[in-house]
Amino acid sequence: MSQLDPSIDHLLRRAAFGASPADVETFRNMSAGSVISYLVDYEGRPDDADARIGRPDHAQVATKDLFSPDTDIDDARQRWLFRMIHTRRPLQEKMALFWHNHFATAYSKLAGDSGAVQATKMLAQKPGVLRGPQGQIELFRQYALGNYRNLLLQVARDPAMIVWLDGKTNTRTKPQENFGREVMELFTVGVGNYTESDVYAAARVFTGWNLRRSTEYRSDDPNAYQEFVFNAEEHDTQEKTFSFPIYSNGSRTIPARSESEGMQDGVDLITALALHPETGRRLARKFWNFFISEIHTPDPGFVENIATVYRQNSTEIAPVIQAVLTSPWFTNTAMRYARYSWPVEFVVRSVKEVGWQGFSLDRARAPLANMGMLLYEPPNVGGWVLGANWFSTGTLLARTNFAATLTASQRAGLTDAVLDQSRTPQALLTAMLEKLTPAPFDQGPQQAMLSYLVAGGSWTGSEAQLNTRVPGLARLLVGSSEYQLV
Amino acid sequence: MRVSRRIFIRDGVATVTLGLAAPSFLSAIAHAQSIPSRSLVVVYLGGGNDSLNTLIPYQDPSYYSRRPTIAVPAGEVLQVGADAAGRALGLHPRLGGLRNIFNEGRLALVQRTGYPNSSRSHFEATDIWSTANPQATTGSGWLGRYLDTLPRPIDALSAWNTAGETPHSLLSGLTGVPAIPNASTYTYASPNRGSAAAEERVAAQMMSANAAPGRPHLAFVNSTNRAAIETLDRVAQATAYTPTVAYPNGGFGLALRTVAGAIVRGIGSKVFWVQTSGFDTHAQQGASAGAYGNLMGALGDGLWAFYSDVRNQGLANDTTVIVFSEFGRRISENGSRGTDHGAAGVMMVLGGMVRGGLHGTSASLAPGHPTLENNSGDVRYETDFRAVYATLLDRWLGANSVPILNGDFRAGAPAIF
Repeated sequence: MSQLDPSIDHLLRRAAFGASPADVETFRNMSAGSVISYLVDYEGRPDDADARIGRPDHAQVATKDLFSPDTDIDDARQRWLFRMIHTRRPLQEKMALFWHNHFATAYSKLAGDSGAVQATKMLAQKPGVLRGPQGQIELFRQYALGNYRNLLLQVARDPAMIVWLDGKTNTRTKPQENFGREVMELFTVGVGNYTESDVYAAARVFTGWNLRRSTEYRSDDPNAYQEFVFNAEEHDTQEKTFSFPIYSNGSRTIPARSESEGMQDGVDLITALALHPETGRRLARKFWNFFISEIHTPDPGFVENIATVYRQNSTEIAPVIQAVLTSPWFTNTAMRYARYSWPVEFVVRSVKEVGWQGFSLDRARAPLANMGMLLYEPPNVGGWVLGANWFSTGTLLARTNFAATLTASQRAGLTDAVLDQSRTPQALLTAMLEKLTPAPFDQGPQQAMLSYLVAGGSWTGSEAQLNTRVPGLARLLVGSSEYQLV
Repeated sequence: MRVSRRIFIRDGVATVTLGLAAPSFLSAIAHAQSIPSRSLVVVYLGGGNDSLNTLIPYQDPSYYSRRPTIAVPAGEVLQVGADAAGRALGLHPRLGGLRNIFNEGRLALVQRTGYPNSSRSHFEATDIWSTANPQATTGSGWLGRYLDTLPRPIDALSAWNTAGETPHSLLSGLTGVPAIPNASTYTYASPNRGSAAAEERVAAQMMSANAAPGRPHLAFVNSTNRAAIETLDRVAQATAYTPTVAYPNGGFGLALRTVAGAIVRGIGSKVFWVQTSGFDTHAQQGASAGAYGNLMGALGDGLWAFYSDVRNQGLANDTTVIVFSEFGRRISENGSRGTDHGAAGVMMVLGGMVRGGLHGTSASLAPGHPTLENNSGDVRYETDFRAVYATLLDRWLGANSVPILNGDFRAGAPAIF
């Protein structure tokens, strides 16, 4: 039994990051439909989480000297976790995380190319803090539920992406295939829907899409930046022919164009790829795995439905997600706990449910790396390997050991929260299950937890007993296999 | 979704009632299964290694004309003689350690390994090298299928993965492989101390023993939780090992050091998985020095330390290492002074029982030569990678490669043992 209706809990685990005690109050009397509207129509509520960093009643951040989330990647990681925990717009952060995996770009390569400060700016700079374009994650937050074709265009000109996929050296005489390949293989249509010669043609399309360094700042000034530039003289002006239609009249050939008009090639290709029927289907399958289930293969009816919504709304994502969350597949109770949480989802949900009083988010950094998911450091352009692959003995130990760190830090708060419900071990277990909302436990594990509560002697509910056994029980629950499912 | 992975849970659950006695019981199994105690260390170079700058045809004029800024000068390569076609070859100058092993006759360089119509996608190509089937990118991995042939009940440490995620090559229907990316955090932490912490660990182990009928995905996580708890103590033994040589700093050296510890302490693992990435050198890869030089330095120094260490321990004859990548790279450098995704590459096999030398022939890089493909853009494969797998399975691990590889690839296999 949960404190919220199970359908609302399900919605909040999938389209948000779970519910804190305050969230439980917010959503207690709302219908599923109004919760969906609350999540999707977030523009009316302020994007103000950052302004609350440092407040004592929120999770804490820890840093070497000045907290610098726009120029220091570890601080940027803490800021993003803080946002996920405390945002009034959880679906926006959830989608930003989705896009971060979809357009997976890793800090380490950027730092090797441009230095730590510039690399952090390229990934995480909030608009207007320093000179230069906003960071890639801010782009994903801006377009969280925006137009996918426009997002693709922005990604193609995004400095982080250009460094990441070597666009800086994609020249007329030596086209560079990295972005040209991945824009088809990973960002749009997927393997099997393009040819090797399409890869080469796409590389030529993006010749000249490059970066320009700011000249008004010394290179070690944090205000120095790189921004997108179209180097017309480096653009291959010849026509490019693809194996799939580029234009609505069925033409597969991007015409030869003058240098100065050459940037239109990329706009045409991206538009064609965004509208390609396989792109809608591929996104639908990814949304299935992200929102509906990882243990049921995507239902063909769902895929066609969602791909149709995507096309009919000219690649707008908000109506697509609305359709996903209201679909019969989403509300099917068989889909509850049918997903393996990502490590970041696990950390954020556990902090929201266990508590954050005095807890520094920097303490999640090394554990997240050991769980296999350091933010801003996906393993490669394909993103993290999801689903059952999150779980190996080493990564699971990292999760359970994070549970130990977190519950040890929340000893007082946890004990207080269940004080009134601790007369018997069974009452205490029931209260903790309501608070932490894991997937249902079978009899065996329930018995193991009850035995743990009385292992030190018979149950008295004394303060000393609660101080030991409540965090221990929370550690068992958060570290349980059942808790890893969402 | 690799549903088949979950099947192994059934098998594991049978031993659960042993509770805390399980580790010693399983050690006995490990001991019984480890005679003879041969192990195979599989090293994966993630990203597609530029084989032409690993094993360099330094007398081929096309090598220099097609790689104007990234070719290693002939005077700097570490010469290893000429292949059967008479082409002179040399190792990258940062591979001094590997040249030592080569000179001892214990490093086999198998040239132009691959398969027809090589995939240029990292993900597809990695899947193909994992399944050992160019037509299938899903399904179990070749090492997983080997592990499935071992007698049951199987020891939880019959294979040891030093990477955080389970690589596709190790996925199997029956055998779960623990991942131990960081041995120092491979421990059980509790918010409490003393008896409360111990009781908590007992409870966690009991909870993970739940077979979760009707919920195979939960059973899968449970089995992983249980394997973690059961392997804690033996992993701690292996990581307490003091090596006989200094290993280079960095993840690769640390992983090899841990593997050496497990081998020396007789943990009984038959297969070890080690991976190192950064080989997707599209830009600024450098020649002797630079990014690629650093990759070679880390690879060569790490393997040399490992080989020296196990040899000092008298275990070189029980250890074989193979090194592979998902593809080689384009012959001509690109506009970014790097190389794009290519086709065939070099595999390396080293160990005390390995018949060293140059196996197979190198490509001529002159445009139009039949050793090339893709309009002479790429190196064409000569040796099917599955022939190398077959030799390792048959002649090193004592298995039958035919059912594991779903075919007989023994013909054309290089004589590496």
